[in-house]
Amino acid sequence: MSKPIWIARDYAACSGCKRCEIACSLHHEGWMWPEASRVRVFMPFPGCEVPHLCAQCNDYPCVDSCPVQALSTDADTKAVIVDREKCISCGKCIKACPGQVPILHPGDDKAIICDLCGGDPECVKVCKEAGYNALMLVEEGPSVHRRLFSRNPIEVAKDLAVLFFGEKGEEVI
Amino acid sequence: MSKPIWIARDYAACSGCKRCEIACSMHHEGWIWPEASRVRIFMPFPGCEVPHLCAQCNDYPCVNSCPVGALSTSADTKAVIVDREKCTGCGACIRACPGSVPFLHPGDDKATICDLCNGDPECAKVCKEAGYNALMLVEEGPSVHRRLFSRNPIEVAKDLAVLFFGEKGEEVI
Amino acid sequence: MPGGYAGKFLDVDLSKEKVEDTTFDDETLEAYFGGRGLAAKILWDRIGKRWRKIDGLDPENIFLALTGPMTAIYPGARIMCSGKSPLSNGTVGSTASTEFASEIKMAGYDGVIVTGKAEKPVYILVTDEGGEIRDASHLWGKVGEETIKLLNREVTEELAKRKPNVGLWKEPGIIYIGPAGENMVRNAAVMSKICHACGYGGYGAVMGSKNLKAVVAKGRGKIPAVDAPESVKLLLKKTHEHLIGRTTMRRWGTGYAGYAVGADTSSEPIRNWQEEWHDEKSMGGPRFENRFWVKKKWADFGCTTNCMKISCIKTGRWKGDITDMPDYELEAYCGTNLGIFDPGDNVHMSAVIDNLGHSGINGPNTMGFAAELYQRGILTEKDFGFKPAWGDAEAMTKLAWLIAERRKIGRVLGEGTYRAALKIAKKKGMKPEELLKYAVHVKGIEIGAHGTRSDADYTHDISYAASVQGGDHTSVAVDGFTEMSAAVFTDSAVFCNFCFFGVPQELVFDFAKAITGFPITQESWRRVTGPRIVTLQRALLLLGGPDVTWKPVGDDDNPHRFYEPLPTGPYKGSKTDRALVKQKRKTYFETLGWDEKGVPTKETLKRLGLSDVDPLMRKLRK
Repeated sequence: MSKPIWIARDYAACSGCKRCEIACSLHHEGWMWPEASRVRVFMPFPGCEVPHLCAQCNDYPCVDSCPVQALSTDADTKAVIVDREKCISCGKCIKACPGQVPILHPGDDKAIICDLCGGDPECVKVCKEAGYNALMLVEEGPSVHRRLFSRNPIEVAKDLAVLFFGEKGEEVI
Repeated sequence: MSKPIWIARDYAACSGCKRCEIACSMHHEGWIWPEASRVRIFMPFPGCEVPHLCAQCNDYPCVNSCPVGALSTSADTKAVIVDREKCTGCGACIRACPGSVPFLHPGDDKATICDLCNGDPECAKVCKEAGYNALMLVEEGPSVHRRLFSRNPIEVAKDLAVLFFGEKGEEVI
Repeated sequence: MPGGYAGKFLDVDLSKEKVEDTTFDDETLEAYFGGRGLAAKILWDRIGKRWRKIDGLDPENIFLALTGPMTAIYPGARIMCSGKSPLSNGTVGSTASTEFASEIKMAGYDGVIVTGKAEKPVYILVTDEGGEIRDASHLWGKVGEETIKLLNREVTEELAKRKPNVGLWKEPGIIYIGPAGENMVRNAAVMSKICHACGYGGYGAVMGSKNLKAVVAKGRGKIPAVDAPESVKLLLKKTHEHLIGRTTMRRWGTGYAGYAVGADTSSEPIRNWQEEWHDEKSMGGPRFENRFWVKKKWADFGCTTNCMKISCIKTGRWKGDITDMPDYELEAYCGTNLGIFDPGDNVHMSAVIDNLGHSGINGPNTMGFAAELYQRGILTEKDFGFKPAWGDAEAMTKLAWLIAERRKIGRVLGEGTYRAALKIAKKKGMKPEELLKYAVHVKGIEIGAHGTRSDADYTHDISYAASVQGGDHTSVAVDGFTEMSAAVFTDSAVFCNFCFFGVPQELVFDFAKAITGFPITQESWRRVTGPRIVTLQRALLLLGGPDVTWKPVGDDDNPHRFYEPLPTGPYKGSKTDRALVKQKRKTYFETLGWDEKGVPTKETLKRLGLSDVDPLMRKLRK
């Protein structure tokens, strides 16, 4: 039985290699499909790479917003689980999410959200293997600060730009 | 038989924990003696930590400078080896070194220089264990650019200060 | 469709404003693979018969941005740009790491083929819905950083408008030109991600000549299917193990590893190659790391080598400059070749060159050439409007802009080192040889930062002299055999060389076979496919162009400077050995089945499936 986990993120450590997108889609879709990956790496300016994925907000606004109850939470890992049969692709979960993390699957338009790979996330493994540790497995249940990781990725990138480039960083995104 | 190695340094990654000083002196002196450690951490300003140790310059100016032939190089690892019997504590090797790396032992005033632990450096192990990798074992013989790692540690720290603090960095050291 | 290919290419005619999908049959794909190989084939088929009459900057030239079947599957996705080179009048397979390569495959395309010329500045957008031509007037004149920012915003907004409910749209992949390409500086680069460049060949100028500011791609499709997916997944794992094991390269990139090669072996250009050795201990990877490297683990799609680092200057007169490391080539060319030994000034020059869309090697080669002419009094302050003194970063910045904007002597310098030498000689009433003495190029393509005089680096006698890509240091002539399964292969498979080195070749070729299903081996590339591609490139190179045609053998040679003895350093007195060049060139031609003039023979052309090239070669054999 899996324990509650989440994928902590060190944005500044993200190299932009997108192996997480490759690993995630290999696992969930059977082949390399970056735009069907549950973790998506945004790069509005080179150097400012932001892995964007569900942070399991403790109040689960996405689950509450679903008009057909297609979303639920896993009792063990606390991940958000999408029932693809029920999902009607209305997009309400995307709007409800503070960081607009969910996407509609590029193949069948159903909502897709990171399910933490049932407790053993693939993205974390490849990130660790390469020595970046931008995505790190942490054994911890949801708490109020998770929403801080559910930000619009462009806003995070703007912060990184200033961190890396100083005043110049305010101009580049 | 050991291969030529050296300890590469990622100054920005140094946490300032000084476990390398502890590990080195434990190994060479039998107890914790930071000022007898062959690797010494300079911190002229907090955040700007610089591990200072021999980089095995390919022209070995220290060896050439010794008036009594107390310095030599290991055939295997290419480390500088001090014959403590012969050493007179004159300090010529310290002056010859582009980074003033050697020092006189706080106990017996003999020249003390990193000997690469005969091929299996202790400092690199503890640095790796902690996940800093500021000191990294690299299998490679000496070449002309090693002198670039033999700089005065305050100068290196000044660079780090600007890297981390921007213009403010020019004022702090 | 063989594995790895998306299955179609975008065919664009900018004069007719037409956009179409096109394909190539399996035999062609197997024979030419993709990237550099396929580009040479397409160019031969479409404009080969008229080759000599077409200048690289004519609308009739074709600009190609192609991937290969291994792109975005094998680690280190790259795009290959080609066309008729405005410099060599042959072709170069010039590559750059970029997500443009993975995105265009996700959009369902293996590449774009562009002919004609747009009336006004445009960019091409490739999405899941196909290709379209869009207005780029608001982008024309913009430097690299601004171009990226504006296109990222504009395209993301547009795609979000078209398909609003699918969630946040990520930024597209982009290849673009800067002011240098826009003003058709003959050796200008095609840029991506600030500092990645398709640097050799002058394809930035080709895009500029078509009023093409950028090609942008955003797809949401799968990476193309492969022939043996389970094998590919396993090989992927093994490949990454090898790449992750390359500690030094990952740690410092080529600014260290390359420096140890070029600088240590006394092959690094200093002040236009007047010397190749310096005792300056201020230059080299470690000097940049602690002051400028704000991001030390930076990679492109699928890559674990992460040799790239991002630099930012935080203080002083160059505050705010952003570029990469610099890598060894730009440490040399934007540094020592300009007499610059201050790391900050070096980082700054790299940022300026990148932003302007100059090639980081070819642009400063011309700048160094100009600075030497000034040093010798052949050009004066009046020609520039300032003194282009060695080591003066402010002056060199002005020079980079002068050439990019084609002002004053920049007008002529923007023709590339070789043509500038001829034009300046004419202008000053001097003999061409007097100026060509200072031009360090082979076949019009300026030479990379690895000299041949010390003979201690990886470049030797015929490396550039016999190469179909001239001064291109990434694809040198070795023995007509080894290099076929190295650069010729990676430029056609299209993935990054730094994800190739350090991986056992057997693994790489198993990977190629597992992706495509083609019976590929290192041997087949060395004996057949590589020679086929290089022979076709050689034929096109010899056909020449309206302004310049190379003399076989005579121009299969090193620049004058490489025969001058090194004046300083541990290899003082050393120079390239003419007799060795002659001998090895002869062997090289023989190995490839070319005649004593280096013209491919009828038999060789037949063996390689290039018989239709023979009629044009007959004239050259006489």
